[in-house]
Amino acid sequence: MKGNGEVPRIGVYVCDCGTNIAGKVRVAEVVEFARDLPGVVVAREYKYMCSDPGQDLIKRDIQEYNLNRIVVASCSPLLHEHTFRKATAEGGLNPYLVHHVNIREDVSWVHEDSDEATRKAKAIVHGAVLRVAWQKPLEPQSVPVRDSALVVGGGIAGISAALTLAEAGKQVYLVEREPTIGGHMAKFDKTFPTLDCAACILTPKMTAVKDHPNITLITYAEVEEVDGYVGNFKVKVRKKPRYVHEDRCVGCLECIEACVFKEPRFPNEFDLGLSKRKPVYIPFPQAVPPVVTIDPDTCLYLRFGKCKKTCVEACGDRNAIDFDMKPETLELEVGTIILATGFKTFDPTRTPKYGYGRFPEVYTSLEIERLVNSSGPTGGEVVMRNGQKPKRVGIIHCVGSRDKNTNPWCSKVCCMYSLKLAHLIHERSGAEVYNFYIDMRTPGKGYEEFYNRLAKEGVHLIRGRVAEVTDAPLHPEEEGKLIIRVEDTNIGVVRRIPVDMVVLAVGLEPQPDADEVRRLFNISCSTEGWFLERHPKLAPVETFTDGVFVAGACQGPKDIPETVAQAQAAAANALALMDKGSVEMEPNVARVNEELCSGCHICIGLCPYGAISFNEEKKVAEVNEVLCKGCGTCTAACPSGALSQNLFSDHEVFSEIMGVLL
Amino acid sequence: MSGYAYYPGCSLLGTGKSYDESVRAVFEALGVPLQELENWNCCGATAYSSIDECTAFALAARNLALAHRRGDPILAPCPNCYLVLTKTQRYLEQYPEIRQRIVQTLERLGLNLGHDVPIRHPLQVLSETPGLEAIRQKIQKPLKGLRVAPYYGCLLARPYPIVEDPWNTTILEDFIRVTGAEVVPYAYRTRCCGGALTGVVREAGLRMVYILLREALRQGAQAVVTTCPLCQFNLEAFQDQALRKNGIQERIPVLYFTQLLGLALGLPPKKLGLHRHLIPFQPQRKALQEAVA
Amino acid sequence: MEIQRTIKYEAELDRQFAYEIAQSPGAETLFECIQCGACSAACPVSIYMDLTPRRVIAMTREGFKHEVLSSLTIWLCSSCYACTVECPVGIKVTDVMYALKQRAIKEGYGPRKVLTRLLAQSFFQAVKEDGRATERKVMLRLYRRAGLDHLIRMAPLGLKLWRTGRLSAFGTERIKNPAEVRTLLECLEEQEGGKSP
Repeated sequence: MKGNGEVPRIGVYVCDCGTNIAGKVRVAEVVEFARDLPGVVVAREYKYMCSDPGQDLIKRDIQEYNLNRIVVASCSPLLHEHTFRKATAEGGLNPYLVHHVNIREDVSWVHEDSDEATRKAKAIVHGAVLRVAWQKPLEPQSVPVRDSALVVGGGIAGISAALTLAEAGKQVYLVEREPTIGGHMAKFDKTFPTLDCAACILTPKMTAVKDHPNITLITYAEVEEVDGYVGNFKVKVRKKPRYVHEDRCVGCLECIEACVFKEPRFPNEFDLGLSKRKPVYIPFPQAVPPVVTIDPDTCLYLRFGKCKKTCVEACGDRNAIDFDMKPETLELEVGTIILATGFKTFDPTRTPKYGYGRFPEVYTSLEIERLVNSSGPTGGEVVMRNGQKPKRVGIIHCVGSRDKNTNPWCSKVCCMYSLKLAHLIHERSGAEVYNFYIDMRTPGKGYEEFYNRLAKEGVHLIRGRVAEVTDAPLHPEEEGKLIIRVEDTNIGVVRRIPVDMVVLAVGLEPQPDADEVRRLFNISCSTEGWFLERHPKLAPVETFTDGVFVAGACQGPKDIPETVAQAQAAAANALALMDKGSVEMEPNVARVNEELCSGCHICIGLCPYGAISFNEEKKVAEVNEVLCKGCGTCTAACPSGALSQNLFSDHEVFSEIMGVLL
Repeated sequence: MSGYAYYPGCSLLGTGKSYDESVRAVFEALGVPLQELENWNCCGATAYSSIDECTAFALAARNLALAHRRGDPILAPCPNCYLVLTKTQRYLEQYPEIRQRIVQTLERLGLNLGHDVPIRHPLQVLSETPGLEAIRQKIQKPLKGLRVAPYYGCLLARPYPIVEDPWNTTILEDFIRVTGAEVVPYAYRTRCCGGALTGVVREAGLRMVYILLREALRQGAQAVVTTCPLCQFNLEAFQDQALRKNGIQERIPVLYFTQLLGLALGLPPKKLGLHRHLIPFQPQRKALQEAVA
Repeated sequence: MEIQRTIKYEAELDRQFAYEIAQSPGAETLFECIQCGACSAACPVSIYMDLTPRRVIAMTREGFKHEVLSSLTIWLCSSCYACTVECPVGIKVTDVMYALKQRAIKEGYGPRKVLTRLLAQSFFQAVKEDGRATERKVMLRLYRRAGLDHLIRMAPLGLKLWRTGRLSAFGTERIKNPAEVRTLLECLEEQEGGKSP
């Protein structure tokens, strides 16, 4: 009956998990049942198998009963398979001779009826007992981990992670899509709740990135291809041409001055269109790298091939401008990857009732961040598009958040940034500010106190979701104003509040290309599109792909302190991996029986990891065990039965099915 | 020192007459000297704050100044007076502008406000001098078997409590136990009796009185002991209406803690003003009845 | 069935009202209210109020002067201070109620059916005359002002109190020199520019 001819001596351990399992499944009955199964020498019930005494049971029994196979029925193998493999190994057996089945998530937590749950638990244990007899001892393969890391995204998350890694002596490649690093934070004027200047705390970090000998900064570039596996990723990065040689440009900005466009004419992306730029531009004075970029869509020469090229003239001997620059692909080899690709803000044209795009004086919060910024389009003065200062401003919270029609989640940072903006607007313009909120959510160090401070400053705090913003007056005082209609639920009356300016506190969303990015790096996304962490509590920066970590708002809405903490945690996880120097690969890989392989190539095309190649000499398929993820696709597809997979041999799979069905 | 500057307040001249009588009698029996603050005026009470807080503070301040001149701590049995005097003292420290105006006005009357005239309630005073132990020694007629609900009312408990921890204090209970009586658990011991509402918004006032009395009866109390003339008045004078409205036949006497103490000390009921009560308190008869039953 | 339009235009609100009330002693933290409702829950009378104390604070803060000053709530407050000690942001709600009552009296608000206002005024007069607020005098004045039916309804209780000697003896009700108290009050009134109700 057995793979290697020894008589199976199986120990079965069924866990109560306190009342998690025992509250539904009659564990003693399952144990009784297991005791009579073929090959079972000992079967036990224990309150917490994962505890030290629980593990000791396994170790002791291996010695005492001379066991050679172990079955543990408890929680998900995702949580504790490793625990029981380790215990089995410590008991003196090969760790792959244990089989761990789940009777908690799969049974007790999802079934109402105790009889049914107990029956299902028995079936699962039966399957495990039959399959474990076929399991063979395996040796995991160890692969080296490169001492370099890729960080994708140059916002505060990417910057923090890169600096932590670089400080630890690792080679870091920081890839940023935009011409400068800094991300959203570079756009902010002040940060809550301390109101320290965002630039003052961010730009030193940006400079540190630029100057760090261990960091290679690759801006205006995107990751195009990712190959390889933990410890040995091969990454292709496509660098867009900025038509300026970064190593030659000194950031003197004389080219901008000299451009044939005398006045800036094109919307400046960094200021969200609230200011204008020329075709040759630098996003903001402290941009890193501190070099200009030429925009091919607006540059006369690049569009029409005709221009006096006064910029080239101005640049002179430095010769930094190069209109012949082509996209460039860089190939990087790294051991670990940190994704810090950030978020995008909700597009409020999706909530037309608030008039964004229809009324010029309706702004998004990000636009206001620029407006109140001393290096922004108005030099920090709150001046509206119509050139006037607002006397009354309404800030509408939860735009695009907490709404099944848009995004159901709470974007977490809006309450705090709205209060911050209320403070800044009032401070800069003296305007009376109204905040319209559903719930005021201010958990965080010093946050509630900040809310309290704003209340004290006399900001109107009106609890109610705004129904509409309209310009149709019903009262003389409303003439020429934007009128906000809301139920003041604290007071219990519907109010119409005329204001000069409306600020929409737009929520946070996954980047529009989050799904492509996750495919590129072979990680998962939640249904909302946020990158999925390995475990929401216990592995918040790891992903299901070893060696790939997530940091910052690409994983879910986060404020700056939380983002930085997570980025540094991701860096620490990557460091642990790199400093260990090697990883053990799960030995559940596919193998080719060369005698049976007909060389049909079917498996090669199907393998999603490119792990199978064709050996021209032998005319058979070959599996690269390091690349193989053990998905089983090839094994199932092989028409001649030449492919098999460790831990999932036909015997193992069929006997488990049989056991469950019996 | 000529003893405590006794500040009876307006209620103790009228409806709370027996509180006045029993405070004087008990203090005399226990040898704690007190002498009425000469020419005291109304503290302002709650009604006055509704008109103008500055003049309300001025009324209270005049009394503080009188006591300051005499150099004695104020003894205020009425919790409302206790509160208003204390609050005035605190607020005048906190708001220098108001203080300034009042100080100036008092000066025109030849009075000096001072800063820290102690304002004390008889519960505080007696628990220190002579102290519960000394009182226990002097008990002559222990009120054995009497079940009493201790009722502090609002203002001894908040906002300026007479004890450090008003939630857990047992100061009134301790006095009741000294008399030999038994204390029943009383959840509403600091719930509002309705104050002036019985007189002005009858329905609300009667309901509040009913809630307090019902709970005392439910706990099997044979008397409610109070520290406040307004509480005593509400619970006694409106008891009949409040309970009748809710179909309850029983009636329960409402006493001042000084009356209970006085009885246990062996003072004659008349000296304690017990004859003034609308619901008579006859513990001996009640105990007798129960003993027979 | 009659319907009523209840929408509120900003122009109908009194924007200064909140700041004026917040200047009264104890009301300084008015704007810090987080609308938790602790005051309303602690209040033993809130169940009779047309506006709960929480709403009074919200409306005061937003300038609903007319609604707040014409509410029954401010006259139902029995000054038990339960709200004041519960408030998590330190609003002395009892003091806010006083400030609102003062404002209401000054501006001629105050519903007829609630006697609280009359009580306050009767009390005020008595103190001004005698230096003390003799209950007999205050009550008599109150119920005389409130109407004959009130006086008749209170008569049996008054009689009982008289019989048990609980209506203050003549002679004790007046301090020796009530003029002194009157001077005191008038001095302050002068400073304020005549404030008596």
